[in-house]
Amino acid sequence: MSSAITDFGHHDAHGEPRGLLRWLTTTNHKDIGILYMLFGLTMFLLGGFFAELIRGQLIHPANHLLTPELYNQVITLHGLVMVFGALMPVTAGFANYLVPLMIGAPDMALPRLNNWGFWLLPPAAIVLVLPFVLKLIGIGNGPVDTGWTMYAPLSVQGGPGVDFAIFAIFLLGASSLMASINIVVTIFNLRAPGMTLMQMPLFVWSWLMTSFLLIAVFPALIAGSAMLLADRHFGTHFFSAAGGGDPVLWEHLFWFFGHPEVYILLFPTAGIMSHILPTFARKPVFGYRAQVYSYWAIAALSVVVWAHHMFTSGMPVAGQLYFMYSTMLISVPLGVLFFCWMGTIWQGALSFETPMLFALGYIVLFGIGGLTGLVLADAVADQQYHNSFFLVAHFHYALFGGPIMGVIAGVYYWLPKMTGRMYSERLGKWHFWLTMIGFNITFMSQFFLGVAGMPRRIPDYALQFAPLNMVSSLGAFLLGASQLLLVYNIARAAAGYGKPATNEVWDGAQGLEFTLPSPPPHHTFEEQPVVT
Amino acid sequence: MIKQRKLILGSTCLTLVPQLAFARNPFEFQTPVTPIARETLYVHDLFLTIIAVLFSVGFGFLLFSVIRYRASRGHRPALFSAPRTPLQWALSALPILTLVVIDYIVMGIPAYHAVLTLANTREDAALVVKVTGSQWRWRYDYPDQGISFISNLSTSQEQRDSGAPTDPNYLLEVDKPLVLPVGKKVRVLLTSTDVIHAWWIPSFGIKQDAVPGFLRETWVKIDRPGIYRGQCAELGGGGHGFMPIVVEAKAQPDFDKWLADAQTAAAQAAAVTTLSKPELLKRGQQDYATYCALCHQPTGLACRAPFRRSLAASRSPRRRP
Repeated sequence: MSSAITDFGHHDAHGEPRGLLRWLTTTNHKDIGILYMLFGLTMFLLGGFFAELIRGQLIHPANHLLTPELYNQVITLHGLVMVFGALMPVTAGFANYLVPLMIGAPDMALPRLNNWGFWLLPPAAIVLVLPFVLKLIGIGNGPVDTGWTMYAPLSVQGGPGVDFAIFAIFLLGASSLMASINIVVTIFNLRAPGMTLMQMPLFVWSWLMTSFLLIAVFPALIAGSAMLLADRHFGTHFFSAAGGGDPVLWEHLFWFFGHPEVYILLFPTAGIMSHILPTFARKPVFGYRAQVYSYWAIAALSVVVWAHHMFTSGMPVAGQLYFMYSTMLISVPLGVLFFCWMGTIWQGALSFETPMLFALGYIVLFGIGGLTGLVLADAVADQQYHNSFFLVAHFHYALFGGPIMGVIAGVYYWLPKMTGRMYSERLGKWHFWLTMIGFNITFMSQFFLGVAGMPRRIPDYALQFAPLNMVSSLGAFLLGASQLLLVYNIARAAAGYGKPATNEVWDGAQGLEFTLPSPPPHHTFEEQPVVT
Repeated sequence: MIKQRKLILGSTCLTLVPQLAFARNPFEFQTPVTPIARETLYVHDLFLTIIAVLFSVGFGFLLFSVIRYRASRGHRPALFSAPRTPLQWALSALPILTLVVIDYIVMGIPAYHAVLTLANTREDAALVVKVTGSQWRWRYDYPDQGISFISNLSTSQEQRDSGAPTDPNYLLEVDKPLVLPVGKKVRVLLTSTDVIHAWWIPSFGIKQDAVPGFLRETWVKIDRPGIYRGQCAELGGGGHGFMPIVVEAKAQPDFDKWLADAQTAAAQAAAVTTLSKPELLKRGQQDYATYCALCHQPTGLACRAPFRRSLAASRSPRRRP
């Protein structure tokens, strides 16, 4: 990164500012990509800190680390920060940095919009977390405490922290929509001559589908949040039965956004998989077309299955059956994706550098997340699983085991390209194995807790849940601590230590980004390459 | 003396690790006692077996690849990027078709019947019970019998402050459990007075949201007498973790006797129209402990927390008296 930061002397004709002003005013896709990723990393650490607080509270029964109110605030911030602050920005950062390089474009299509989209994020994060900081110094009664799902009427009843969260969502929504529109426009208009849609790298395809999903569903959350704001302060009754509304309407609006959100987080990393696996298997992508069609199918299905999050809310039989069967259908395109990933490594010549390890870990952990999701689709069995720790374990296998593992794999894979330096392979391997062990200890025990009957979001629990909670907490501390290795590895490469990376970085690497120097110059593909 | 102390220490350890002590199968739900819970357990066991097999097959292929196709062992990569022969196409379609069969035949058909069974709350219902969630307690009404009472957490404050609770029913004990007859279908109506709560008893296989302003319904038919415990399963604010559900299932004669006693007590209470001052004070104290104490201190200060030590610090604009 350091060389990327300073290495732009060759184009100072238009006098770009240096220092802080450069980062504030930059419209360069690589700079903005790096900003997104650093922001995501910061939020990942903050969200991880909240996670450790949760596990600290739950380490034994009758613990008084957090009060119940503070506990509710911490679980809420953990969810919101991880989803909106860490995962979405970091994948958007990958898109900004890599999509123009992969399609041979000089930059994103709308550079100023790009700058604006990013700089909405820090204010959003501040607005979200500020009440927490103020509470610590004794001002106000803390941030949003409703769980990240913000179910009405609890969120109508809550304190001013909910208003802060609503405004954070407005900012995040505007930011996501700008980024998505920019990516769609870039992909449709700036591809190198000769690169048809069906020749695009799969990461580009995955972000095209992500952008479409974001544009389709984020407005539902923004609208819902505006209705919530109106209910709280303007005397409307969208979510209040007393005024002719319905609390369950919020659940529909939220999950119409919330379920596709899972795939918004997942798609970019599914795309990353199809770059890493072929590289380290030294073999072409298996089933390119099948993967593209699976993306389409998953994107289309994801917007029509949302109410499987609401099987216990009380739905008519027809609704239960529809959402159950449509949810099951998603397993088919996801199965195709898994099959293609396995087909890619089948009969390859595998080597196991850190990105490959994380990619294989992704297949295993996300596989468990997907398979347990199959079980959750059963509307009646869901009465046992829903809002129990089984559900918590399931979506952490799906969201940490999937997107976060995939993002880490992507970081190790492209870090040498972005910084020009190799990370420490030895520490990378330590990071992988500690993450796998820590993660499975933390969340495998939560499957058993859920089956035994422990509800989620409780600050204290009955004694029969004590041993497994202790195990889960210890695993979480290990998992949290091992992520510091990632931070160190990134900082080390960014500071210019480590072996210099070649242009190709990996000996099996394919793609336009690997034809460029490592790190790539500030402006790339000013003349577009011709793809044949 | 020493022996006794050792015994106490030992039994404390045992209560802290009941899962090890009773060697409960960690893959199983709590013992099912209703038709729905039994069906769910059957489905759960079936699913776990199926996904364990699917996972093993997938993981097996992965492990095989990782061991067999190592570059370090000089393996040359193949070049294929899609199935080519009809046999390969068939082999590729096989896992997908297997998934479809599992989804819509193995899981889908029993699930269809389970949904219909669960939705059939009225047929042959012998008793109707109304469950009302409030922050943070449950209220139970028997509309046809004219009985209603509130069920509060009864775990002692000492246990909660101790840091090392020993009560085997820690946080799962209430002052007045819901009493239901065994072997009869009971239709359960649910609603709430403030936010969404969820009534969950693992042994019954039932989890149903209680939505303010609306009636939801479900049903139970309990096999055998006993005490069954559950908890609220939808976040409803600071006391969400402290509104347990306890159901006492009684054989029909015992239930009838309990019903008669409860009706008599209710009639007596209703018949009393004038109270002396000490009686009024006693009634007021009871009412405060039952209804008010969870949110309000005797001093009039607001408090939302079941943990008293945090009361002075927490202020809530909407809950201030």
